[in-house]
Amino acid sequence: MFIITCPYCGDRDQTEFSCGGEAHIERPKQPTELSDDEWAEYLFMRKNIKGVQFERWNHSHGCRKWFNIIRDTSNDKIHAVYKMGEKPPVI
Amino acid sequence: MSKNLRINKNNFIDQTIRISFKFNGQQLFGYKGDTLASALLANNIHLVGRSFKYHRPRGIMTCGSEEPNAIVQVGNDPSLTDPNVRATEIEIYEGLEASSQNCWPSVNFDIGAINNFLSPLLPAGFYYKTFMWPASFWEKYEYFIRHSAGLGKAPTKPDPDIYDHQYSHCDVLVVGGGISGIISARLSAEKGLDTMLIDDKNFLGGSTIYQENEAYKINDIYSNEWLAKEIKSLKNYPNLIIKNRTSLAAFHGYNYLLARENLTDHLSISDRKNKIRQRLWKIRAKKVIIASGSIERPLIFSNNDRPGIILSSSIKKYIDYYGVKTGENISLFTNNDSAYETAISLNKSGVKVNVIVDIRKNSDSLIVKEALDLGLKVLWESTVVETQGYKKIKSFEVMKLSDDGNNVIGNKTKHNCDCLGISGGWTPMVHLFTQSGGKLTFRNEDNVFIPDEDKTPPNQISVGSCNGEFKLDEIVTRTIENLKSFLDLSKTCYDEIKINCPDEKSKRNIWLLPSDKPTGKTKPFLDFQNDSTAKDVKLALREGFKSIEHVKRYTTTGMGTDQGKLSNMHALGIIADTTGTNMGELGTTTFRPPYTPLTFGAIVGRNVGEFFDHTRRTAIHNWHVKNNAEFENVGQWKRPWYFPKNGENMHQAVQRESKAARDSAGILDASTLGKIDIQGTDASEFLNRVYTNAWSKLEIGKCRYGLMLNEDGMVYDDGVTTRLGENHYIMTTTTGGAANVLSKLEDYLQTEWPELDVYLTTVTDQYSTISICGPNSKNIISKIVPSLDLSDSNFPHMSFKNIKISNVNCRIMRISFTGEHSYEINIQSNYAEDLWIKCMEAGKEFHLTPYGTETMHLLRAEKGFIITGQDTDGTLTPSDLQMDWIIGKKKFDFIGKRSLYRSDTIREDRKQLVGLLTDDPKEVLEEGAQLVENINTKPVEMLGHVTSSYFSPNLNKSIALAVVKSGKKLKGKKLIVPMENKNINVTITDTVFYDKENKRLNA
Ligand SMILES: [Zn+2]
Repeated sequence: MFIITCPYCGDRDQTEFSCGGEAHIERPKQPTELSDDEWAEYLFMRKNIKGVQFERWNHSHGCRKWFNIIRDTSNDKIHAVYKMGEKPPVI
Repeated sequence: MSKNLRINKNNFIDQTIRISFKFNGQQLFGYKGDTLASALLANNIHLVGRSFKYHRPRGIMTCGSEEPNAIVQVGNDPSLTDPNVRATEIEIYEGLEASSQNCWPSVNFDIGAINNFLSPLLPAGFYYKTFMWPASFWEKYEYFIRHSAGLGKAPTKPDPDIYDHQYSHCDVLVVGGGISGIISARLSAEKGLDTMLIDDKNFLGGSTIYQENEAYKINDIYSNEWLAKEIKSLKNYPNLIIKNRTSLAAFHGYNYLLARENLTDHLSISDRKNKIRQRLWKIRAKKVIIASGSIERPLIFSNNDRPGIILSSSIKKYIDYYGVKTGENISLFTNNDSAYETAISLNKSGVKVNVIVDIRKNSDSLIVKEALDLGLKVLWESTVVETQGYKKIKSFEVMKLSDDGNNVIGNKTKHNCDCLGISGGWTPMVHLFTQSGGKLTFRNEDNVFIPDEDKTPPNQISVGSCNGEFKLDEIVTRTIENLKSFLDLSKTCYDEIKINCPDEKSKRNIWLLPSDKPTGKTKPFLDFQNDSTAKDVKLALREGFKSIEHVKRYTTTGMGTDQGKLSNMHALGIIADTTGTNMGELGTTTFRPPYTPLTFGAIVGRNVGEFFDHTRRTAIHNWHVKNNAEFENVGQWKRPWYFPKNGENMHQAVQRESKAARDSAGILDASTLGKIDIQGTDASEFLNRVYTNAWSKLEIGKCRYGLMLNEDGMVYDDGVTTRLGENHYIMTTTTGGAANVLSKLEDYLQTEWPELDVYLTTVTDQYSTISICGPNSKNIISKIVPSLDLSDSNFPHMSFKNIKISNVNCRIMRISFTGEHSYEINIQSNYAEDLWIKCMEAGKEFHLTPYGTETMHLLRAEKGFIITGQDTDGTLTPSDLQMDWIIGKKKFDFIGKRSLYRSDTIREDRKQLVGLLTDDPKEVLEEGAQLVENINTKPVEMLGHVTSSYFSPNLNKSIALAVVKSGKKLKGKKLIVPMENKNINVTITDTVFYDKENKRLNA
């Protein structure tokens, strides 16, 4: 039950958010040119790290904006929050 | 039995207020402030229950939440009775009725006690080994296990009590009201911080508040007097909230904590009326100070579980706090100094202390000297090897320990007693600390796990004995010192504090005390609730279990309602000794919330009955109620299911409604369908990307059906979208999918295609939708909107018009989910009921029939239209649904396109949607029923299942939709639907049963 600092709204309880899984997996620009394996890589393969992980979160019960966070999944420490399209800060 | 063991010296029990209560039917009395346990002990009742496995007699063993034995059922009322209540925690009230749980027929004569004599046959893992095979016997075993297991009786009627939830956002939360918690609360409040102090007892002060002993002084007065003054001073801080009778249930990350406040459980039944019973506090604290204290460990020796064997510190609390003698001829058995405090207290209260058995060679601390000065007899370097007494301890046997502590030597001496106090040292209560994510470190010198300072989550601190500080001067000075940096304090009111206390230097610990008998002949209990012994742990190790988590589950050590508060350390110690491992490396089992059990009522709070979930009602709901609709829950929506007339059942009503809709006209409240307003210069491009078909060329004023996929190519949602303007669309979604579709579209817009100029707004609640279908729908609409030219040329199928009805702007679409000539009017929700009534009046002459979701499903099934979520389940592609026509093959891309030609999605033997007709046209299939080809070859291959099934009144036969392996190729094939008592023969058909040429759309 952590607190997330929404880049648009500020500190809010975790219950206001929903997690969208691993961040920085860009949808291929030309899916038709990909092999089955390459497409499957995009579609299914996620890291699910124990440790520092880049994640997409949505302030679904708030401003409804998507953004990224860097979270240590082993202790829920959030190292950084940054907007969609921004480069992840170095931690 | 009727002996009164109450003494008159004490400050904490109000002996002027007499309270009567019943235990196992016996009328007893105690005083205001008593717990059930202290009141029972005052009445000389020790035997309170039976153990789970062997049904051995068990007595009150502790005075707190770690109690493993004294677990009772409170009350008889079928809606209020409360199982698994600890007698050591519940305060007595006038009229309390409590009874023992784990015994049948009574606590004094228990049939299950035969297990005690069978115990060689009930070793560790007994349940796993015996009851697993054959699997089919489990039902029979379960009956006996459940009957003899003592888990209490759940209430059988709804709970009438009120429960509450409250949030707190304090600066500092202090957990525990012992001496370190009181000091913490005062320091925090003094600093001006908003502070909350919670304690599970009805009285603050922990064990110091009754520590009236020459050896313990603070600022030259008895430590109990000093603490009482401190507690009084807390009243001066308006920024300090104190919650008594409040126990912490869980400590989650980021200082989010749950605490349960008991508000009425200590009141007489009549005083509880209309009051909130319990409040669940949801606390988000900036800083948390854990001062949860420590609990005394038992000692592990043969038959250490008899009633009358009590933790030494609990004996002290019963005499000093409650004024209750736990016996009249008490002996003590210890490995540390604290039992001597108990001995001194008993001696001062005139209770005979027979002997103190101490496993150490000696101890020269002040407190031991004081005891010796009083003439108490100590048997040094000795251990108890056996006890006697079935329902109550009568005597115990003592032998000398060898130097290494592995054996006993010399002669056995027997001592009579009616109570034996045991003290095995102290275990810091680190449960909350570890729940919050903190890691422990092992301190070898006194065998304790304590919080690792370097692995403590931010903004919390553990103080006092839960942090491994056991000496009074250490507790006080370190608490103050640590809080200075934690709360950023410079000077404090405690800077000049002066403390006197004894210093314990002599230490000795033996996890499993030796006996003169072989281990197999002894019964050294570890987990008193689950009857697991040191033997069981050793057996588990011999059988190859190594991980502490596995040993725990195999032997059930630490798995009871006490969560192993008493037993865990000894289990670990014995594992470490047996395997030659260091306890620190072994680690502990995980301490899971809740720390103490919570009631369901407290968890649920006010979210019961109509507040359990939100209920969404359409703007026309009241009309439906007035017209006898039966309702169906669709997500949070209440939708009319069918409208029974003149005592019709559901089948009769649906048959009538379905026929009326095709014969003349039907009307449906379709307001619950999701509606998303889409605007922006890239709206058409956006739709191209999210739907499988092409949208750029859709003319303004036209509607189109769209299918939405997930990236994996599976059908996700469907609906009709209308182009209202050049850059303006309104999309409809399924009722259940509305919120998820909006989220998904927003996700793509924000993250994958931020360059698109598109704006999404949900307007589901703002617009209501009235759908009128059937051959007379045109006549009815022409009466409501006379100005509108309804000719096919002006207003063809799949088009829309802006209209005015009584000066209200509306949208009317000519779209159909039934296959009939059909219209849908979208109107501002405020006017929806009025328009509905207008439609009903206009439709009177055409017998316009309101219909519900069941008829809607039947009518669309006649046409083979799918319902996503009913005919699809997230594993079907458009091609599986025989909807290849809706794939825009020329489109560059859309969500899920690439997945449509993965090796898996192009397999021809995928499950595909087909129609089914039963050989007997009257036979209606069950939805979910399996389809097979050959019933005789085992195992029978399941080819698919029925997804939708109805009796069609318009075709006068049973119809069904199903998904079947390679179904597309199997038209005309005979299959079997095996049911419990018959096999039903079916034939695979086309999915469209009715009006295959779509003539009725323009009829
Ligand atoms: Zn936000």
